[in-house]
Amino acid sequence: MEVVRALIRRRARGLKLLGVPVLGFSADLLIGAGCVAEVETSAVSLGEAGLAPRFTEAAQKGEIKIRDATCPAIHTALQAAEKGVPFMPLRGVLGSDLLKHRNDWKVVNNPLNSGTDPILLVPAIQPDIALFHARWADDAGNVWIGRRRELATIAHAAKATYVTYEEKRPGDMLEDELLAPGILNSVYVTAVARAERGAWPLGVAEVYGIDDAHLAHYARAARTREGFQRYLDEFVCTRKKNSLPA
Amino acid sequence: MIARLIGDARHVAIGAASPIPASGAFLLKSQQPALRVSLHQRRRANPFTEGSRELFDLAGQGRIDVFFLGGAQIDGEANINLVRAGGQRFPGSFGSAFMYSVIPRTILFREEHSRRALVPRVEFVSARGEPFALLTGKALFSWQKEARRFRLESVHPGHSVEEIHAETGFAFDSPARVSTTLSPTAEQLALLRGPVAKEIAADYPEFAARVWDA
Repeated sequence: MEVVRALIRRRARGLKLLGVPVLGFSADLLIGAGCVAEVETSAVSLGEAGLAPRFTEAAQKGEIKIRDATCPAIHTALQAAEKGVPFMPLRGVLGSDLLKHRNDWKVVNNPLNSGTDPILLVPAIQPDIALFHARWADDAGNVWIGRRRELATIAHAAKATYVTYEEKRPGDMLEDELLAPGILNSVYVTAVARAERGAWPLGVAEVYGIDDAHLAHYARAARTREGFQRYLDEFVCTRKKNSLPA
Repeated sequence: MIARLIGDARHVAIGAASPIPASGAFLLKSQQPALRVSLHQRRRANPFTEGSRELFDLAGQGRIDVFFLGGAQIDGEANINLVRAGGQRFPGSFGSAFMYSVIPRTILFREEHSRRALVPRVEFVSARGEPFALLTGKALFSWQKEARRFRLESVHPGHSVEEIHAETGFAFDSPARVSTTLSPTAEQLALLRGPVAKEIAADYPEFAARVWDA
């Protein structure tokens, strides 16, 4: 979230966002601030806080391009990229109108089956940049992501990976047998930066929870462009201690 | 009703934004402890250790028996639309395009029972499949695979067959006598208000506070 706020302050433009597999609060902020040209995602939502208001308005006014997908298609496309293969097959999806709008997706007959067996192929997705927040980084440049393994998949697939973290651990986490399975190896990590409470108002497991009250406040404020602008002024642009809830 | 629809399944998974199906599943689990309930968006102790793709990998292998899907629009051919209607944009299809065709028992759930939600033909087919049932806030429909039509099974207490006809935008079969949906027993209500509300409060705090004051 700290990087998202910084991108807005820097007036980033023309970003293409990939939701893995969905987008939420970060995307709604970036869209509302005019940073985004295109999204590819299975959904954009604020969870229990409801619809993502800036996405909804931008979509209805045609201000951003939307490439609608479905969750496992995005996971599969990233898995293809991390394996270095051009595409991967996926069951299901046939009969969905998603196919009509995705001429990059192809339905072929299963080449290993002599009978009729149509199956979807999705092309590999290699993002330019993977960006996420993690609990720990260490002196060796490794990052601990725990059970959020889709973050590893994004990093494996992306050309560059930037990570903000809560806390630095001394030494090399790969030497700890219990931590090792939750690690993203530094080979995939381009750069890290410390950002204490950097996920706020989202959470980091066992460190701090999701700030539901703040998200509900945002969902109400951002229903109008003016309310959204006031939110930006208060929590993003002024650089008041914006990652520390009041 | 949700607990009854899940029936004797071994493994039910709950996707995004589904506090009511989650409550039904945990109610059943409190009575059938062997049932496995996997909440996709669980904040603590999330059952998926391979990231969010694991839900879909499990489903693709047939390791999940029951899943719930909703829709901004649901039509008489059981297509669901989570993308757009009437110039309005909705969040998106989530995993529905995949889950609907690989899950053996998909239950369509939409609390709002209106002509706006239950339409003759969806504007966008997010997903097409063979549902097990369609449950709304007013009635339960079964799905007739051969006829490709819904059949009204029961009407919830406080609602009438006439009201269901008036509020449903698609054609469906209706037997001469339609029964009333069984209400939860006193014991089930106590479970819903107590341990089940507590179970879901961590992941659906707004819902738990609003409905159960938990």
